[in-house]
Amino acid sequence: MRVLVAKPGLDGHDRGAKVVVQALRDAGVEVIYTGLKRTPEEIVHEAVQEDVDVIGLSILSGAHLLLARRVLDGLRAQGAGDIKVVVGGIIPPRDVAELQQLGVRHVFPMATPLDDIVKAFKESL
Amino acid sequence: MRDARLHAGIPIKPVYGPEDLAGVDVERDIGTPGEYPFTRGIHKHMYRDRLWTMRQYIGFGTPSETNARFKYLMAHGQDALNVAFDLPTQLGLDSDDPRAEGEVGRVGMAIDTFADMEEAFAGIPLDRVSVSLTINSMAAPITAMFFAVAEQQGTSRDRVVTTPQNDILKEFVARGTWVYPVDPSLRLVGDLIEYSARHYPRSNPVSVCGYHIREAGCTTAQEMAYGLAIAAAYVDMMVRRGMDVDDFAPRVSFNFTCWGKIFEEVAKFRAGRRLYARMLRERFGAKNPKSCMFRSLIGGGGSSFVPEEPENNIVRGAYIALAAALSGAQTMALPTYDEAYTIPSAKAQLIALRTMQICAEESGATDTVDPLAGSYYVEAITAEMEKKIVAEMAEVERMGGIVEAVKAGAIQAEVARQAYLFERKLASGEIPKVGVNCYVGDQRAAADQEVELYSCDPKVSAAQVAKLEKIRRERDHGAVDASLARLRDAARGTENLMPPIMDAVRAYATLGEIARAMKDVFGEHKEPVKFA
Repeated sequence: MRVLVAKPGLDGHDRGAKVVVQALRDAGVEVIYTGLKRTPEEIVHEAVQEDVDVIGLSILSGAHLLLARRVLDGLRAQGAGDIKVVVGGIIPPRDVAELQQLGVRHVFPMATPLDDIVKAFKESL
Repeated sequence: MRDARLHAGIPIKPVYGPEDLAGVDVERDIGTPGEYPFTRGIHKHMYRDRLWTMRQYIGFGTPSETNARFKYLMAHGQDALNVAFDLPTQLGLDSDDPRAEGEVGRVGMAIDTFADMEEAFAGIPLDRVSVSLTINSMAAPITAMFFAVAEQQGTSRDRVVTTPQNDILKEFVARGTWVYPVDPSLRLVGDLIEYSARHYPRSNPVSVCGYHIREAGCTTAQEMAYGLAIAAAYVDMMVRRGMDVDDFAPRVSFNFTCWGKIFEEVAKFRAGRRLYARMLRERFGAKNPKSCMFRSLIGGGGSSFVPEEPENNIVRGAYIALAAALSGAQTMALPTYDEAYTIPSAKAQLIALRTMQICAEESGATDTVDPLAGSYYVEAITAEMEKKIVAEMAEVERMGGIVEAVKAGAIQAEVARQAYLFERKLASGEIPKVGVNCYVGDQRAAADQEVELYSCDPKVSAAQVAKLEKIRRERDHGAVDASLARLRDAARGTENLMPPIMDAVRAYATLGEIARAMKDVFGEHKEPVKFA
């Protein structure tokens, strides 16, 4: 299983993303992390090129609906709609259902236990 | 007996006594408040003469919305401002830049031109209100806009008190609002320090932050060690540029966090103050005692707040305020109870302000200076923290110094490693969090059920863009182009960039244009992604 953890948009808070990267690695998952401020286009390109199974988007600025939609649309346009997308960060409960409707497989709002996140990544396949 | 340790990893004994003060020299290490090495605080009478400044972090939407919130808090006794900018502003993108979509006015107020800054501070007397600007890679142009507003209000330069954060090194480690590569970024920090020291003698052109690095995951001792190493890097840079240390060091200030164990925080600040004082005097030859003062904003750590049972965060905030008061803060800001998941509501901001006021007026914490001095425990762990901070600073030196370690991503990797360790300890219950990993009721309280959630109004972006387009149409294009060309030329050389930036601002060049002019010359930072 290969995972791309990515920080789309302008938000610079990467503590959560980096914690998840380390937890996934400890769980034996192969993880690629590409750093801050990636555009949705770059993330789609990297995911396709690296042939990952799941993309984990970490967003704390509040722009999660827009950014998740861009990544999902981009994947479909590249014929890579089989790559699963999960989203974590400061996601208000009111937005969880909308993210899922867009096609996000799992949403991890604030305070999701780390083990639950790792499990959800593994179950995404 | 259960095990107990400070967040810095130092084991805590169940009882401390006189024997724990064996290595402490009262005269040398503890001294007198207001005197070198300032362990007990930088002022003789501390809060008996003047309370700490209360400075909540505010900014959202358009400049006029932020202006209204400023005035609301000032009407309730807040005496200084601490401005939040949205991410496009922090990264030098105009509100109509495609990369700004969805972010305009979201986590702070949007600033595109000098006109926005005029609106944000309309009716706020800048000769009386001190203003912190949370801005880093864009500190030079945003502070230039602020100076231009003060100029327009007719405020004399020696009455302007502003503190742009202007600490780019910590942005590379945590928080992430870097734009240019490390070296030109440092030059901009230095240009603003120099310009401010020459023309705005009461302004504080840099606020060195341990805060965000700790919030990103490092320990208390690392927070102080990295902060002191960053301060040393800036002081060293200015001295190398030919400035006398006493010409700028008195206006260097600090921004550190505070949460968790009260006595550890107090020890961290007491140890940090004496380490900084000694560093400035012994390493940099400072003669003015003011150069040796670690003046700090202590901002409560939002990372200790949780969405579960959010009202409990009000209680956490009260302990943070007490710890910050006992630590000798010059300025205080508290996170709001809703901060774990939303932009603060007006109600939550008022509660945070009231928490500080209750601590100041009712608790007695302000009645005497450094009330914990002489405690066997606090003096012992102050000495222990000092050793630990020195060891962490030595570790930074082993990595090649803070600038090289940041360029290589080594500090970033260590902070991420500590964040992961911390998360593991939370998961195992080793670090307790009430209502989260201990004393959890039958049903975990649903996050934010009872709190107001901030909605970012899409009209904000449209209004901001319309205003920007109007200014672009109406300004003197020749003047804008000429000022940007001058800025590019200056960036290629070594002169101070503040004067050409001031000219571009006054000509209503946009922040995005100014940022791009420098990017044409400096290029962009490439993040070193590394894990331990």
